[in-house]
Amino acid sequence: MHHIYCPYCEETREEEEYSYTGEAHIERPKDPASITDEAWGDYMFFRSNPRGIHHEMWYHAAGCRRYFNVTRNTQSYQIHETYKMGELPKITASAKPAPSIAVQTATEQLGDAP
Amino acid sequence: MSQINRLATGGRIDRSKPMSFTFNGKTYQGFDGDTLASAMLANGVGIVGRSFKYARARGILGHGAEEPNALMQLHKGNATVPNPRATQVELFNGLIASSTNGWPSAEFDLMGLVGKIGGKLMPVGFYYKTFMAPQKMWMTYEKFIRKAAGFGRLSLEPDPDTYDKLNVHCDVLIVGAGPAGLAAALEAGRSGKRVIIVDEQNEFGGTLLASKQKIDGVEAVSWAQQTASTLLAMENVTSMTRTTAFGYYDHNFVCAIERRTDHIGPVALKGTRQRIHRIRAHEVVLATGAIERPLVFANNDLPGIMLANSVSTYINRYAVVPGQNCVIMTTNDSGYQTALDIHAAGRKVVAVVDSRHAPDGRLVAMAKIAGIQVMAGYGVIEAQGGRKVKGAIVAPLDAAGDQLIGPGKTLSCDLIAVAGGWSPVVHLSCHTGSRPVWKDDVAGFVPGKTIQNQHLAGAVAGEYQLSQALNTGIQAGATASGTQSAQVFNCGDESEGAAQALYLIPHTRPISRAPKQFVDFQNDVTAAGIELATREGFESIEHVKRYTALGFGTDQGKTGNVNGMAIVAKALNKSIAETGTTIFRPAYTPVTFGAIGGRDIGALLDPARHTAMHPWHVANGAKFENVGQWKRPWYFPQANETMQQTLNRECMAVRTSVGMLDASTLGKIDIQGKDAREFLNRVYTNAWSKLAPGKCRYGLMLKEDGMIFDDGVTACLNDSHFLMTTTSGGAAAVLGWLELWHQTEWPELEVYFTSVTDQWATCSFAGPNSRKVLEKLCTDVDLSAAAMKFMDYREGTVAGIKSRIFRISFTGELSFEVNVPADQGHYMWQQLMQAGEEFGITPYGTESMHVLRAEKGFIIAGQDTDGSMTPYDCLMGWAVGKTKSFSFLGERSFTRPDTARKDRKQLVGLKPKDPTVVIPEGSQIVMDPNQPIPMDMMGHVTSSYWSECLGHGIAMGTVKGGSERMGQTVYCPQADGRVLAAEICSPVFYDPKGEHHHD
Repeated sequence: MHHIYCPYCEETREEEEYSYTGEAHIERPKDPASITDEAWGDYMFFRSNPRGIHHEMWYHAAGCRRYFNVTRNTQSYQIHETYKMGELPKITASAKPAPSIAVQTATEQLGDAP
Repeated sequence: MSQINRLATGGRIDRSKPMSFTFNGKTYQGFDGDTLASAMLANGVGIVGRSFKYARARGILGHGAEEPNALMQLHKGNATVPNPRATQVELFNGLIASSTNGWPSAEFDLMGLVGKIGGKLMPVGFYYKTFMAPQKMWMTYEKFIRKAAGFGRLSLEPDPDTYDKLNVHCDVLIVGAGPAGLAAALEAGRSGKRVIIVDEQNEFGGTLLASKQKIDGVEAVSWAQQTASTLLAMENVTSMTRTTAFGYYDHNFVCAIERRTDHIGPVALKGTRQRIHRIRAHEVVLATGAIERPLVFANNDLPGIMLANSVSTYINRYAVVPGQNCVIMTTNDSGYQTALDIHAAGRKVVAVVDSRHAPDGRLVAMAKIAGIQVMAGYGVIEAQGGRKVKGAIVAPLDAAGDQLIGPGKTLSCDLIAVAGGWSPVVHLSCHTGSRPVWKDDVAGFVPGKTIQNQHLAGAVAGEYQLSQALNTGIQAGATASGTQSAQVFNCGDESEGAAQALYLIPHTRPISRAPKQFVDFQNDVTAAGIELATREGFESIEHVKRYTALGFGTDQGKTGNVNGMAIVAKALNKSIAETGTTIFRPAYTPVTFGAIGGRDIGALLDPARHTAMHPWHVANGAKFENVGQWKRPWYFPQANETMQQTLNRECMAVRTSVGMLDASTLGKIDIQGKDAREFLNRVYTNAWSKLAPGKCRYGLMLKEDGMIFDDGVTACLNDSHFLMTTTSGGAAAVLGWLELWHQTEWPELEVYFTSVTDQWATCSFAGPNSRKVLEKLCTDVDLSAAAMKFMDYREGTVAGIKSRIFRISFTGELSFEVNVPADQGHYMWQQLMQAGEEFGITPYGTESMHVLRAEKGFIIAGQDTDGSMTPYDCLMGWAVGKTKSFSFLGERSFTRPDTARKDRKQLVGLKPKDPTVVIPEGSQIVMDPNQPIPMDMMGHVTSSYWSECLGHGIAMGTVKGGSERMGQTVYCPQADGRVLAAEICSPVFYDPKGEHHHD
């Protein structure tokens, strides 16, 4: 279970207080009417889903009700930073490659079994 | 009263406190301090159960969590507990235990015949092979297997005990209170940090409790006790015994189960039986030790074959020697310690069979001095005996231990102690996704890299010697608490000769022909089975695991995994490091569902939300339905009424006079700020720029894909203050949605959202007489049709209470809603009921509300829509603003090719051809009932009711291209063979011109 620092509450709280709300830094097109269907579809449906560093939004639903951003490793679940809406991440995939545990064999992608 | 294997002296048992227990109906005696396993062994109990697949007789193998065989059914009736290991059950007087399987009994098991026929009937992969094809055969096999196989059984009665969950925080959590854990806790405790140390056993000490070594000149047991007392005296240290850390989760979150009363009796007489500590630790020290590996040879599962260090533990800790004539099979020096322990206990060591050709360690020399026969370069290749060990066939091995180099001979014995090296307990470190790494020098997997703040101490890191365990414990404790220590323990000469890595002892016959050589006892996985799996093409260790069941279940591969991996590696001509290991998963040992549930059961499972008027509804006989967490009145039956009769009465009251609904559960969001109006423009489909104060408007909320997500009426209180209502179930989601857009896209808008759902109670009363009712109670608002129009909002005094009055309608009748502060809701409801008495005001519930709104064709978001319906699909284009300057959420998607298709499913009315029919909701709609199956599915019925005021059934449903099909006939084939015909029509069945609510 994640332990997440809310940049507004300035406290590290349990994951159950938060809800995950998808990839961060996806901007709504300024003039939707003027863009192509494909561009609109990309905005609505397409997400990067990376292995490793991912910037994502979380909602402090049972806390301050603020949305904020989290830089999280989708493999190790390590949270590198949390930052307020409108701010930019300090840690990015290009600036900091995923830890070495990223090198895994194909078998490791198998799901859980009893 | 014959504890034939009990020593007269020694051990950590209290001979002055005899304990009586029964196993499989027979009564035995043990002592305080025994485990069930040690007491069974003291009494010479051999067979403790039957194996999972082959139903072979099995005895006790180990002495702790690693035990794969001795799963027990404890206690009787509603207190019965399935599957605890006898090695972990503390004995108490009156304990009742039995084997979990065996038919008709574990001693004489008919299924054992199947085991004897052996691999022919159930080869590896049996379940997969038969389950895949032919499928019907599985049903036949399954009945047969289920009857005989499997383990313990649950009680079907309610659990008599209570359980708890606690949230706990600390700086340093230490898992395991053996030498390494105790040293770590000592050091961390001295630093002043908040420390928690947990251990699964009844007292701290771990291996020290059965050790004859000395620590800085002090007996190991005494040192453990002294250290435990020291820790107990430290205020910053919490010591927990009988507490198993069973799961290690992300960000240093560890769950531990504390068994508070299991050692006292079947049921807790006072307080909770068990509780789960949910521990969030800054630093975690794993001092989980190591488990001795069994050796793989033919018939190595016979009762009487035990782990060598378990034999030593039974002797030294419980004063029980589980055999008379003992053979020790070892690949390293630790087996010699067991030989010395048996010898010292006065029992015969037939021989130490050592796979190494020239063992020369300190313990070897001591054994030789004691006169113990050492057979170097030999291996036990097969155990003999039927229901218990009677002998061991030993044969000379080559130096690598791969091949036999001479004929075998038989040693007569009743106990074979096996010492195959050590496997660090890496389970917890694996739980967070860290893969263990193979270390040749310790011949085992040790915890790999991790992102957790995790430290290792002692045998879990391959530090097997006592002094190493203590010293790495001190260092781990220091590192975890940010201190430094130079403390070093002296445990005397601990030198050992080099161990041999030996995972399968060869037999005179090849693996596939030799008697069964077991790898995983609990899952009945054999060396031949693993080899067969690799021959059948399973090369990944993860696949081999799933195919053979190696390491499955409650055992989680504690004794078997490493041998199994090594056999896979050898079959594939790879190294163990290359083959790798599977990951262990929580729980380390089984956790009761009672503890996982804790207090979150029954009424406390989920919060129930009640409106202010709830007591009135209860007193007036309402039937309730769940709407999210809300309990809403469903209908208010009167004596002897059927539900349909109630609905007919309630609906007719609304249509002819007046009825009242508790609408308090509708989500209410207070929206304020100078840009509130602009914000509404952006999130709703229709225009809000011109909505004057004192007016209400219905709005549809869409996701960006253009699909309806919620709806409701919003009132303009003043230019910068609006009150939005949402569906009862959608309130939280809508609030989150509004916040999302405000916070992420439009922070420049000055607008604030506050949930006021619980702050206001809502009485909604509808019907031609509703105005008359309100007029009796409200004197300061002109309620006349001319002054207060449909969709108007006023503030006024009703029954002396400052109220918000809305003239809105979800029934199609003249209708008012009065909102009052929640604490006055019950009073307001009563006042309105009283005022309406002369008009026969009738309380109605959600079911009548559904009928009344369906008669008007009003949708319920989430019932008539399912996240794939646009406003146009619902024939609600009228609610979409066409000239709004801002591209509101979802608008852009209307022109996407798929959204703009003419033949999309559209929501239409359905009038059954037979007026007496009510088409079942969910019915599929087809155009031609005679079309061969599969028919073209045109849509389905979303809402369907009997309309008393219209005298026929009504329905709404989605139909492909439905808006162009008005007047056409569709068919709803039913499971019972009936085909119900209906005509597509407008969904507005009642008062299509909307005259009633405008009155």
